[in-house]
Amino acid sequence: MTESVKFVCSSGAVGSGINLPAFRAAMMRQPDFVASDAGTIDAGPYHLGVGKGAYATEAMRHDLEILLTEVPRGTPILVGSADTAGGDPHVDRTLDIIRDIVSKHGLKRRIAVIRSEIDPCALQAAYDDGRVVPLDHAPPLDRDRIGRSTRIVGMMGVEPLQDALREDVDLVLAGRCSDSALFAALPIMRGIPEGLAWHAGKIVECGTLTCETYGKGAMFGELFADHGIITPLGEGLRCTPQSVASHSLYENGDPYLHRESSGTLDISEAHFEQYDPVSVRISGARYIPADRPSIKLEGVEFAGYQSMLIGGIRDPFIIRQFDKWLAEVKDEVRQRAARLLGDVLSPDDWRIDTHSYGLNAVMGAREPRSAEPPHEIGLAFCLSAPTQELANKLAELSRQPLLHHPIPEWSGSITGFACLFNQAHVERGPYWRFSMHHVLLPKPDETVFHREIITLG
Amino acid sequence: MKLSDCTALIRSKNAGPFSLTFDIMFSDEAIYQHVKRSGVITPQTMAETIGCDVNEMKFFVCDNALAFKFTIPRLLPAGDPADADLHGGQQFAPLMDIAVPDL
Repeated sequence: MTESVKFVCSSGAVGSGINLPAFRAAMMRQPDFVASDAGTIDAGPYHLGVGKGAYATEAMRHDLEILLTEVPRGTPILVGSADTAGGDPHVDRTLDIIRDIVSKHGLKRRIAVIRSEIDPCALQAAYDDGRVVPLDHAPPLDRDRIGRSTRIVGMMGVEPLQDALREDVDLVLAGRCSDSALFAALPIMRGIPEGLAWHAGKIVECGTLTCETYGKGAMFGELFADHGIITPLGEGLRCTPQSVASHSLYENGDPYLHRESSGTLDISEAHFEQYDPVSVRISGARYIPADRPSIKLEGVEFAGYQSMLIGGIRDPFIIRQFDKWLAEVKDEVRQRAARLLGDVLSPDDWRIDTHSYGLNAVMGAREPRSAEPPHEIGLAFCLSAPTQELANKLAELSRQPLLHHPIPEWSGSITGFACLFNQAHVERGPYWRFSMHHVLLPKPDETVFHREIITLG
Repeated sequence: MKLSDCTALIRSKNAGPFSLTFDIMFSDEAIYQHVKRSGVITPQTMAETIGCDVNEMKFFVCDNALAFKFTIPRLLPAGDPADADLHGGQQFAPLMDIAVPDL
């Protein structure tokens, strides 16, 4: 009979804040490993593009310091999707923080670093072989678009983590990684059925988000041969069969089938029962191995620089003809740009995006109530161009039309735009676009994820 | 009554940068079953309410979670300069007003 495997999820993400009392209570249960992801694609394309994650260094240091000082040696720690996006600079930034902590506390730690960046040229070759395959709702992708990528990462499953754990390390620091894989890797190595191991990972990877009401704490799991027990630790936290079942809906397109690199987790036949007042017993999940591995790709391409003006419109005469007014303002900006910047900017090189808060900014074309006239409109007027300097110039050219574009109801000079800031525009810096939503089918002998073992201290 | 009067949570969220997923969740099994029987939540009514093509929708009835769920393509990828909801979290509001027959 397989012995049970126990684990702790320290928080929903490294940097989101470990609750120390709850984490210590979880550690009292002597887990076999501790894991936490540190990233999500939901943070947007910027972080993968710029090479820096969404959390403040101090917030990451807070959580990593607790992990490195509270978890005893011999209990491996797994951190995946380093610094939000899991690219090489994200792994390096996390590693720098770890290095500081190890040195500050005089620790000695053996660390496996697994990188997940994929060279665009290598991916072009895979594309040529027909080994880059689109997922649902994927954008168009071709050789050139792959080549233009600023950065591409592949999402690892359990296998690279398991290879690293076999090296007897204190910490596995992974680039982009399936969140659930961090929790499934070691239990599967110890003989826990794959379906149960992946399902447990899926439940705990967002930390206490799987509880009935959201609160601070840690998650504890114990997996047996045919079932698992999921327990939240933290004041007032409680899991119920419904709260755990509901969590499988969160951020997933399909509530039952969850595709991973080596197969698909199927929880359509899963059972959830209340085990004790706060814990839930899970069973019944299946894992369907894939014919061949597929590695989810995340990639971004550089899209330009932005500058923007924010202001409000309160004049009912403008508001009742807002679409016409805005179209005329944009036209005037385009004419000025053609006249003054035409030698350095062709019309295809730059763009205006407007977001009309109070009207339809949030839902855009899907807004069912855009015909209802608001009493004021907040307008974000965004200019994108190949350089920051040009984006700023376009913003400067936009100010006068926004302020003074005439309407027939008023004679004389009007000021129809209430500027929020002085100077009127804000530099937004560079921005990136997601350029792919595909999987890579690696060749049987291909190494996609690269590992090194380092010793600190 | 309105759907928002009898649900525990109605939410929208990205399911990856190119898809948007909606969850309509209940805390009371009797009310969930009542809404399910009433037929007001179907792929067709959801597509009409949100303004999308029903053929592009994946629709799920999740009895063990007391929930309905559907997933559609985003109009624009998350983070596109013309998109204004990076996380897709504020796209559910029209679902709140769906009329549900009284119990």
